[in-house]
Amino acid sequence: MSDQQIEYAAILKRRHRISTCFEWVCRIATGSALLFLAVLLAGVIWQAWGWLDTQFLTGFDSRRPGKAGLLAGLWGTSWLIFFTAIFTVPMGVGAAVYLEEYATDNRFTRLIKLNLSNLAGVPSIVYGMLGVTAFVRMFGMISAADGWTLAVSLGIGTLEIPLPLGRCLLAGSFTLSLLILPVVIIASQEALRAVPPSIRHASYALGATEWQTIRHQVLPAAVPGIATGIILALSRAMGETAPLIVVGAMSYVAFAPGNLDTPMAAVQDPQRVLDAPFDVFTSITIQITNWIEQPKEEFQNLAAAGSLVLLILLVIFNATAIVIRNRAQKKISW
Amino acid sequence: MNSTPTVLTTNAIDQSEVFRVDVTGPRSAAAQGQKPITTARPTVAKQATGEVTHPVKIRTKNVDFFYGDNQVLFDVSLDIPEKSVTAFIGPSGCGKSTFLRMLNRMNDIIDGTRHTGDVLLEGSDVYDSSVDVVLLRKRVGMVFQKSTPFPKSIFDNIAYGPKVAGLRNKAKLNEIVETSLKRAALWDEVKDRLNSSAMALSGGQQQRLCIARTLATDPDVILMDEPASALDPASTARVEDLIFELKKNYTIVIVTHNMQQAARVSQRTAFFFQGVLVETGDTRALFTNPTEKQTEDYITGRFG
Repeated sequence: MSDQQIEYAAILKRRHRISTCFEWVCRIATGSALLFLAVLLAGVIWQAWGWLDTQFLTGFDSRRPGKAGLLAGLWGTSWLIFFTAIFTVPMGVGAAVYLEEYATDNRFTRLIKLNLSNLAGVPSIVYGMLGVTAFVRMFGMISAADGWTLAVSLGIGTLEIPLPLGRCLLAGSFTLSLLILPVVIIASQEALRAVPPSIRHASYALGATEWQTIRHQVLPAAVPGIATGIILALSRAMGETAPLIVVGAMSYVAFAPGNLDTPMAAVQDPQRVLDAPFDVFTSITIQITNWIEQPKEEFQNLAAAGSLVLLILLVIFNATAIVIRNRAQKKISW
Repeated sequence: MNSTPTVLTTNAIDQSEVFRVDVTGPRSAAAQGQKPITTARPTVAKQATGEVTHPVKIRTKNVDFFYGDNQVLFDVSLDIPEKSVTAFIGPSGCGKSTFLRMLNRMNDIIDGTRHTGDVLLEGSDVYDSSVDVVLLRKRVGMVFQKSTPFPKSIFDNIAYGPKVAGLRNKAKLNEIVETSLKRAALWDEVKDRLNSSAMALSGGQQQRLCIARTLATDPDVILMDEPASALDPASTARVEDLIFELKKNYTIVIVTHNMQQAARVSQRTAFFFQGVLVETGDTRALFTNPTEKQTEDYITGRFG
């Protein structure tokens, strides 16, 4: 063996050793993350054991831990996420389509794109402040003292919109929408960008208009990515507490928004559905926060049970998203 | 093969300028060393030598093209005859694809491009403000280098053009899909699986599908941007045969890096170099007896 080969053999051993070391560093990183998660889950389940029952899921909050339930929070969170999705999806996807497909690349659009990334990083409590000013107080254009109600008569009842909105559920949804809009827009933009330009060109070359190209080629191909972004953003909204506290969610409410406490009630009395968006509200996260602050030991168990419910909801939510995404992806295989 | 007389479709064409193009076939050895004839000559439907006269389909006059401040085409004036194949050759980056994409305004999609000069399709400027670019692209179809089937069924791929144009009649769509696939010589291979994904086809089949898809929009002109450069020799031969068949009914413009291909399929060839149209003429003449030094260097493989 030449000197060079001997030297090479010596170094080779060290190279292999470093390689193995790095593999173990990665294993430990993954392992400790899993361990933390397992401990956390086990802790929550341990604390919640025996508390997560039908009473907990169908009862309203109470001063007595044994009778307290999460129903107001469940309804509140459901309504919040429902309206947040309704506002965010068309606005977010629409803005992303405009920015990616229509807007020309100039200083103004570049400024918008840059600020979107910045907005996605703004702390949620700041959005809460914005929500109070813009939605709850409506910039003080109408003072709360002589506020008035806009009544719109619909077939099934009367839609009574208070102006200013005040501390109602809809104001909370608007705030959460603002909070997640940048995330949805950015995720949708990335999904649209991932659609090969050749598909657009082929469509244009066959005499399709911009809308037809977007509707029949670009959006179907981008749906999996857009859906993932929306679901992740909505999951984040579901877990938010700070902006809702600022906007004025109630920490103790013993009724569901609009008094709509069973799905059947919506059919029997549609007026309750119309009342719900403008009613006071609470959410699962707010109830958990409230319980943690209680001095009685049992409320800690309730908080754990609430956390568990929130976790289960998030898992169901994300699983649905994955199913939707895979379905859409199956139709489109490059 | 050359018996059909060329029909003059529009009076917008300057009748005094007519091409004489050899249509005896890509692999025929006839008419070697023929000089390009572009001098004024009255329209004659058929000539004894097996040549058919072709009116001008597309005429460009003094075309410059810019990507931002970067000029990529310089004063290109070129006439493209109807119902024949015109090949653009030249080294990479010579502007031949850009020029091709001007003919159906595909360059419009790219931000920051501009042009000067005229591109006339049957005598009217395609860049005129009254021209609807959607309609233009229906008349001037395009096949790309990379086959770009939509992630849909074979049927939906072919029916896409007619559908976006507003055709809803199912029977009519079926008919168009069948004719287009037959014209693209793909029907026998796919007729039993029209509803399966177009992505499952082989590369050569995908490219013929893209040609069929273009035919379905009933264009006059078909632009092909290196349609066979990503295909194996057998698929290339099939696409070339197809081009030869199609020129009976369509005006075809093809960009190619492959000079043998240009020689095989085209009647006229234009050689581009660094954004300038160096030489244009009858394919056989250009390849056997180029007038410009640069053309000769390129076709003999001295550069590019």
